[in-house]
Amino acid sequence: MTDPVQLRINGREVSVPAGTVVAAAIALAGQMKFRESVTKQPRGPLCGMGICMECRVTINGQPQCRSCQTLCEPGMEVVTA
Amino acid sequence: MSEKYLQFKIVVVGGGPAGLAAACAAAESGARVALVDNTPWLGGQIWRGQQAKPSLPQAQQWLQRVRQTGNITILDNTSIVAALKPGVLLAEQADGACEIHAQKLIIATGARELLLPFPGWTLPGVMGAGGLQVLAKHGWPVAGQRVVVAGSGPLLLAVADGLKTAGAKVIAIYEQASLGPVIKFSASLLSHPSKVLQGLQIKTRLFGVPHRHGVWPVKAQGDEALSSVTFTNGQQTWSHECDFLACGFGLVPNTELPLALGCALSGDFVDVNASQMTSIENVYCAGEPTGIGGVDSALVEGQIAGYAATGEMTKARQLFRQRSSWHKFRAALANTYRLRPELKSMATDDSVVCRCEDVTFGRIKKISNWREAKLQTRCGMGACQGRTCGAATNFLLGWGMQSVRPPTLPAKVEDFLLTGEGPSSPH
Repeated sequence: MTDPVQLRINGREVSVPAGTVVAAAIALAGQMKFRESVTKQPRGPLCGMGICMECRVTINGQPQCRSCQTLCEPGMEVVTA
Repeated sequence: MSEKYLQFKIVVVGGGPAGLAAACAAAESGARVALVDNTPWLGGQIWRGQQAKPSLPQAQQWLQRVRQTGNITILDNTSIVAALKPGVLLAEQADGACEIHAQKLIIATGARELLLPFPGWTLPGVMGAGGLQVLAKHGWPVAGQRVVVAGSGPLLLAVADGLKTAGAKVIAIYEQASLGPVIKFSASLLSHPSKVLQGLQIKTRLFGVPHRHGVWPVKAQGDEALSSVTFTNGQQTWSHECDFLACGFGLVPNTELPLALGCALSGDFVDVNASQMTSIENVYCAGEPTGIGGVDSALVEGQIAGYAATGEMTKARQLFRQRSSWHKFRAALANTYRLRPELKSMATDDSVVCRCEDVTFGRIKKISNWREAKLQTRCGMGACQGRTCGAATNFLLGWGMQSVRPPTLPAKVEDFLLTGEGPSSPH
């Protein structure tokens, strides 16, 4: 088994197993709301397959990243809405 | 910065079963083959997680074959954002865009779930059935969580099985199709013994989980996230408190790329001939975009496409009979899990249909086509490019999947500095 991956979600240090996607890491950090819709409704992942874009978050300063299709990497900075 | 111009004899788009099979078959001829996938993994949605945690021998066999074949270049994390000209695709990779030049193209873009609107379906915690399953395979915490699995199709049982095995408390499985046709379908599977065995194993593992037919969701409730879901069988309604609703109404084909290339559709699916060639010369298509038939159908079609694209028609023809057999299964599947008309009334006037632009059903229900809806309401014009609401409105209002405009995915403006001319581009 490979070492766990350390990353930061909204400034908080989180440790997840290798192979975890960012969306799962956010859920592991206890958060269900990933973004706000254009009318300010809470939204979280829907399709899990990179299609619906509901799980968009900011990763390492890059906005609009699909968290369900991105693997966690050491030192990653993830920011949700 | 990686290569800006890539050239191959055969380019396969999609690394699921159809794409893996197509790449292997095409590579047998010695041709330089590229296998493109927009995720970091091979195996598609159905074989998600099989690279990290092998459990299915069939998946292992194909993944290994691809890895062992020297002339297959795997381009993962690569999204096709536009078709620049015949034989040239514009792709986005982590470190920039590139042109992919192909003599022949095999489209194996798979399918996505049909996600239908109902009150509360936008709450965090309401997910696609396959959606929650794939996330769970990549670390989404489901152990101890209360999950209701609903919607339609054989995928629901597989999802419930996967979630239960991962430690979730599966409260119930609700299939919208009536029990009669499902029993008839199960009986027809006797001609495909592998499916019967698979089904029995799953049912055994799900022993004790209520599984009802002719049931569909009415509404999901919660403040910041899901807390309960109400269901109906058309006569009664009842609710379950739960943490997740895994809800998908079957699969719809990913036809954005074939449409962008100008391939003709037949109904919702890409029209192909016996060689899996589309209406566009040198463009082939295999797997779910040609009809929702599952993994076995996809593997056979993929091989036929790979052989046909490399001129190996004798090898291709040897698989025709196998394909016909799986196509019978495909037809029975579509017939059994036909969506009941009552599902069209799940969406109320206040239900959001287009989740990217928050357009409600009330605003679009009197509009006659998608183009008008886009112009008047921005329905389908958000980040997902209508991938979610396009399929939903096709079911709800019969708008149909129409033309696709580039880019087929949100892309960086700088990507379009590439024009498809190859390294001689003037910029």
